Amino acid sequence: MKIFVCLKQVPDTEAKIKIKPDKSGIDPTGVKWVVNPYDEHAIEEAVKLREKNPGAQVWALSLGPKQRVVESLRTALAMGADEAIVINTDQDLDSQSTAKALAHVLRNEGAFDLILTGKLGIDDNQSSVTQMLSQFLECPHVNVVSKIQIEEGKALVERDIEGGSKELIEIPLPCVLGANKGLNMPRYASLPGIMKAKKKVIKEIELSSLGLTLNKLTTFSNFELPAEKPPVKFLTGDSSAQSIQLVQLLRDEAKVL
Amino acid sequence: MSKALVFVEVHKNAIKRSSLELLQFAKKSNLSVSAFMYGSSAPGLTEKAAQNGADEIHLFNSSTFDKYNSDLFQKAFLKVYEQTTPQFVLASASSIGNDLFPKVAAQLGVGVATDCTNLEIDGGTIKARKPLYSGKCTAEVTFASEKSSIVVMRANQLPVEEVSYNSSPKVITHSIDESGLRTLIKDIVKGTSEKLDLTEANIIVSGGRGLKEAGNFKLLQDLADVLGASVGASRAVVDAGWVPHNMQVGQTGKTVAPSLYIAVGVSGAIQHLAGMTGSKVIVAINTDPNAPIFQKATYGIVGDALEIVPKLTEEFKKAMS
Ligand SMILES: Cc1cc2nc3c(=O)[nH]c(=O)nc-3n(C[C@H](O)[C@H](O)[C@H](O)COP(=O)(O)OP(=O)(O)OC[C@H]3O[C@@H](n4cnc5c(N)ncnc54)[C@H](O)[C@@H]3O)c2cc1C
Ligand SMILES: Nc1ncnc2c1ncn2[C@@H]1O[C@H](COP(=O)(O)O)[C@@H](O)[C@H]1O
Repeated sequence: MKIFVCLKQVPDTEAKIKIKPDKSGIDPTGVKWVVNPYDEHAIEEAVKLREKNPGAQVWALSLGPKQRVVESLRTALAMGADEAIVINTDQDLDSQSTAKALAHVLRNEGAFDLILTGKLGIDDNQSSVTQMLSQFLECPHVNVVSKIQIEEGKALVERDIEGGSKELIEIPLPCVLGANKGLNMPRYASLPGIMKAKKKVIKEIELSSLGLTLNKLTTFSNFELPAEKPPVKFLTGDSSAQSIQLVQLLRDEAKVL
Repeated sequence: MSKALVFVEVHKNAIKRSSLELLQFAKKSNLSVSAFMYGSSAPGLTEKAAQNGADEIHLFNSSTFDKYNSDLFQKAFLKVYEQTTPQFVLASASSIGNDLFPKVAAQLGVGVATDCTNLEIDGGTIKARKPLYSGKCTAEVTFASEKSSIVVMRANQLPVEEVSYNSSPKVITHSIDESGLRTLIKDIVKGTSEKLDLTEANIIVSGGRGLKEAGNFKLLQDLADVLGASVGASRAVVDAGWVPHNMQVGQTGKTVAPSLYIAVGVSGAIQHLAGMTGSKVIVAINTDPNAPIFQKATYGIVGDALEIVPKLTEEFKKAMS
């Protein structure tokens, strides 16, 4: 069994976002980069599946500037992935180009049984690459998955939908599954894991060597920070007075009731 | 006249508010509006869709469409897309819309903008804006494709008014080969909440560790019942096992955009703020006047949640009756 985990490197959730003066994007100065939180769940699931299926292999794959992206691949290796590949590019690709490049490399790497992704990259907030990979690889997908059970040639998965409901879905392998948070608890890398990951050779592929035509179908521009909110209005008096005031303000001033 | 194809969703035998938003928006933007409708309750709702702006309705009334299957929906949508050749495709950021449209876009080779919070269409040009980095900033999305642009809109971003555009819609009923679907939905396990999902709720009451213990979420539930609100939570209380993960608001939970968000005993960590600063009005109740949540709040109450929430519930009860 060969499992690929696609992981994206994103700014740390604590990162303060600044915008470039020409508004063309965020200013990356001082940003700390981490593995996309949902992708950590994908790595954890892959490693767990390998533990249950002796002989299985876990490959981590990431597209981005290799100087920094390899750090996230090393995190995946330290958590237990066997091999890692970086597709090196400094270009700012849209979701479809990213999915095309990932699909191309996945196909070149030979037969896979399962591709695990995160349900959403918290940077571009697209939630698209998982489904697009499925389209380009011509294998089915389920996104927003909180449980995976592998059986002979198929997987039984739970997909989270509105209102806390879950769809129980049977899907044949090979397939693409996008991890939601409830899937598992990502492990911390162990010290021996970290030492081993440091020594591992990460396979490098230049995006430009793939011979793909990647047209940008969507572009993000004119970045803005959220409008400054006027300062909070504190309500005074005892709890009864505060409650009466609040209801009045919500009804008459804010008009949201 | 440019054409829009709107993906219309139904919940409990009614067209979802988020879909009405899109139909009305398309009509007001002077587009010729086609609606894609599906499932066994859709035939009874075509008139409603017409009133809200649909000029033409493409209907898949087979009950197979009552459950979402990505292969089935993709095939059906493509069929209508090819017949209508719309310049704009509009859908809501629901569990179906989020799943289906990136895939449709990949198949068609056209651009898709997901989770948009702002949309303008003027003649042939479209301007969409979406939050990035968990709402820490927004960006405009521009499309390169001359064929179509697909926009998936977050709920509650566009107005819904009492309108009556069309009375007798043109309904085209379709069917497709339902075999060869690769995935199979074996069951749907209903969540505990009959309420609107947080992502669609117009009012949210959200609780954090300041509530002290799991049992006190009942106080929020009572308040929510009076307001017709849905209940959310911080990650701290989800991790503590007080409430399930589907109630979590924030960077690794749900991104919400209600008209009113009441945060009770929530400190306002950056990851929580990321999921809710799109709310129109924010009320914070917290014992600590320096809690970061107050920096984002419209109205603030410094005090003990356990004392204030029951009083608020009483006041709202009076006001709403
Ligand atoms: C990668 C990552 C992702 C994360 N994602 C999320 C996410 O999606 N959503 C999320 O919420 N968090 C997230 N977090 C966690 C976040 O950093 C905070 O730890 C969490 O939001 C804190 O929850 P809280 O406000 O309930 O608890 P606390 O921070 O402990 O705050 C409790 C608040 O209650 C107040 N209080 C105490 N007693 C009372 C009382 N009697 N009445 C009223 N107020 C009272 C206190 O003053 C305090 O402000 C994430 C963290 C990381 C590292
Ligand atoms: N540059 C990338 N390299 C590897 N995987 C990616 C990349 N971008 C997106 N993915 C995968 O696709 C998922 C969804 O991302 P997105 O569509 O950008 O929200 C992520 O959680 C990753 O698993």
